[in-house]
Amino acid sequence: MTARLPEPQALASRHGLGHLDWLEAEAIHILREVAGQCATPALLFSGGKDSIVLLRLAEKAFRPARFPFPLLHIDTGHNYPEVIAFRDRRAAELGERLIVRTLEQSMARGSVVLKSPGESRNKHQSVTLLEAIEEFGFDACIGGARRDEEKARAKERVFSFRDGFGQWDPKNQRPELWNLYNARVHPGENIRVFPISNWTELDVWQYIEREGLELPSIYFAHARPVVRKGDLLRPVTPLTPAGSGDAVETLTVRFRTVGDITCTAPVSSLADSVAGIIEETATTTLTERGATRLDDQTSEASMEQRKKEGYF
Amino acid sequence: MGAPEFPPRKAIEDRGVLRFLTCGSVDDGKSTLIGRLLYDAKAILADTLRAVEHSSRKRGLTATDLSLLTDGLVAEREQGITIDVAYRYFSTGKRKYVIADAPGHEQYTRNMVTAASTADLAVILVDARKGVLTQSRRHSAIASLVGIRHLVVAVNKMDLVGYDQAVFERIRADYLEFARGIGIGSSDEIRFVPISALDGDMVVERGERLDWYRGPTLLDILEGASVAHDVDDRRRESFRFPVQYVCRPQRADDPALHDYRGYMGRVESGEIAVGDAVTVLPGGRETKVKDIQFDGRSLRRAVAEQSITLLLADEIDVSRGDMIVKRGAAGDRPPAVANAIRAKLCWLSATPLDPQRRYLIRHTTREVRARVASIDYRLDIATLRHLDATMLAMNDIAQVSFRLAQPIFADVYAINRATGAFIVIDETTNNTVGAGMIV
Repeated sequence: MTARLPEPQALASRHGLGHLDWLEAEAIHILREVAGQCATPALLFSGGKDSIVLLRLAEKAFRPARFPFPLLHIDTGHNYPEVIAFRDRRAAELGERLIVRTLEQSMARGSVVLKSPGESRNKHQSVTLLEAIEEFGFDACIGGARRDEEKARAKERVFSFRDGFGQWDPKNQRPELWNLYNARVHPGENIRVFPISNWTELDVWQYIEREGLELPSIYFAHARPVVRKGDLLRPVTPLTPAGSGDAVETLTVRFRTVGDITCTAPVSSLADSVAGIIEETATTTLTERGATRLDDQTSEASMEQRKKEGYF
Repeated sequence: MGAPEFPPRKAIEDRGVLRFLTCGSVDDGKSTLIGRLLYDAKAILADTLRAVEHSSRKRGLTATDLSLLTDGLVAEREQGITIDVAYRYFSTGKRKYVIADAPGHEQYTRNMVTAASTADLAVILVDARKGVLTQSRRHSAIASLVGIRHLVVAVNKMDLVGYDQAVFERIRADYLEFARGIGIGSSDEIRFVPISALDGDMVVERGERLDWYRGPTLLDILEGASVAHDVDDRRRESFRFPVQYVCRPQRADDPALHDYRGYMGRVESGEIAVGDAVTVLPGGRETKVKDIQFDGRSLRRAVAEQSITLLLADEIDVSRGDMIVKRGAAGDRPPAVANAIRAKLCWLSATPLDPQRRYLIRHTTREVRARVASIDYRLDIATLRHLDATMLAMNDIAQVSFRLAQPIFADVYAINRATGAFIVIDETTNNTVGAGMIV
C-alpha cells in the first residue's frame, strides 16, 4: 500500500485518459453513485464475462471496504455447471454475499408456468428477478448490459427507471445529462444501472486481458458435440439433445456469451486465450448476439419487447 | 463485405475516447451518415447488415437504407424518424468514438440537449439543397450553449447538387454570418466539410467527386479533434473533487483499517498531488492530501476524469455532497459558495415549470431544494434573442434565477461544465424535468 507505483500508463498521453482507463473511471463513478444514492442495491452476477468485469470494477470502486451491495444471480437451472461453479468460487474469493434465486422457485410458486417442459426458460427470468427485487426490497439492480449489444439497448439510459411492474417504457425515459444520474424512486419502483453501457465487446475483452481476469473455461476453445441449425451451432447437452434427424458433429468451439443453455450457441473457434479471442473479436463479421443468441432472431423487435416486460 | 482490418495493438498512440453528437433536420441524412461512418470504419458486422438489407426490402426500398442501423425502436421504424438519443460505438484503433445520435424533430429538442451534454464535438448536418435552415440554427445554438467547443458543419447530399463547390461555399458563408450574429465562433472552432453520406464521399474515404475540396475528411477531423481535459486544459482548470461516497471499512478482521477514512470520487477538473493543501466545502476546513489511492495502490497525483480515493492528513468530518478543492495553488480559484444561482435552463418535461413550486436541484453529488426567484427571459433558440416569459414549457430554454435552501459549490458553466451544470428533479414524480447551466 505504501509503495509509490507509477500512475496508469495512459496519463502519459496529452489527450487525457486512454480509452480503457476512461471507461473504467466512468464505470467506477457510476457504481459509487449507486452506493451514494440507493438504499438497497444489488449487483447481478451470473458468472458471465460482463458481470466478471463488473466485479473487478466494484473492487476498484469500493476496496478496502466490502461492496455496499450483495451479488444476485437469477438461475434458470439451465446453466453450464462450469459457470455455476465459477460463480460460487468467485463470490467466495471476494468474500461477498451471493444471493441465488431460481426459476424452479417461481415455478413451484406458480408464478412461472412453462408452455412445455422444453420451452426456453430465458424469458421467464424476468419473473424471478422481479420476485427477488420484491423479496429483498432492492431499489437498484446493477447489470452488465452494454449498448452495443442490440438496437433497443442503444437507447437505454445508464440509470434506467422501472415502474412497479418492472417495466421499461422506452418512449418515456428520464433524460440523462452530463454525469448527473437520477436514481430516485418511489417504493416498489426500481432502477436498473448499467455501468458498462459505453463498452463494446472488444473493450470488455481488452479489459479482461489488461486486468488478467479469470473466466469460466467454456469461454475458451474446447471440443463440444453440436448440431448445425441454420447459421448457428446448437450445443448437444442432456437439456438440448439432438433430434432424430440431426447430424451431431464434434467441433472446436467457444462461447462468446454465456447464458441459458437452451438459447446460447457457441461459435467455431480455435482461440484458447484472451489474446486469441481479442484477435477474433477485432476481426469478426458477426455481432455478439447475432452469432450466439437463438432467442433474438424471432423478430426485429424481440429485445425491445422483452425489455418492456421487465427483462434485463 | 470483407473482414475488418484491425490495427496492430499498442502500435499507435491511444487517443482515448471522443464523444460527439450528430444533429440535423428531419431528412438531412443523419442516420445515413452514422450508418456510413460505422460501415466504412468497419464497425458494422455482417449479420447486422443482413438484417438491415432484409428490413430495406420489406419496406420496398431498392438500395440498403443505412439509416435503419440506428433507428432502433419500433415506433421510430414505423414513423421513419429518430425519437430518442441512441448511442453508437466504433473504434479506429487510434481512438474510441461514442456517437450520440440526437433526433432532428423539433419536439424532441430536449434530447438534443441531453446528447450535447456529454459531447466534445458536434457534427451539424446541412442539406446542400436546402442550405442553413432554422433547425440548423437551433442545433448550432444549443450545441454552443451546452458548451461544445468544436462544431463541424457537414454539408450533405453533395451528390444531389452535382458536387458543386459554389453551393458549398455559399452555405459556408451563410453559416459563418449566422454564427457571428449569435456569437458562436469566437472561442469555438467551426469547420466545414462537403460530404455525400449516401455514397460515402469525404466521410471516411475521399472519393473522387469532390476533388476541389482539399481539407480533411470528416473522420480525419474526428481523429484530430482535441477532447476536454487535455494537458493544456488541466493546467488551466481549477481542481474540483465532489465527494461521492465515504469509505469507512471498519472491518473486524483488519485492525489496520479501523481508522481508515477514504473520500471517494472523480476528479472533475484540474489535478491533485500528495501533499497539496486543500479546503473542504462547506465549512472551509483546511488540511492536506495524505494519500491518493487507486486499486490498492498509492498514486503521486491524479488528473481530471480519474475516479480515485483521497485520504486527508487531518480527521475532519466529510460526507457525500461535500467538495474538496485546492487552497493557495497558483491559478487555482475557489468555486463560488452560492445560495442563489442564475442559469440557462432547458425545460425537459411535458408539465410546465411552476414558479410557485419547490424543486430539487442535483449539482455534482449534492442535492438541495430550490425555488424559482425569477424567469429573466426566454431564448429564441434560432437567434438567441431574449423574449418575455412567465412560464416554461417543454423544449424551452430560458434564463432563470433560483434561491437554494443550502449552498452549492459552483463555477460558471462556460468555465467548468462539471461544476456549472445541474439537473432539476420533480419530487412528486422523481422525474428529471430541467437541465441547468450556471451563468
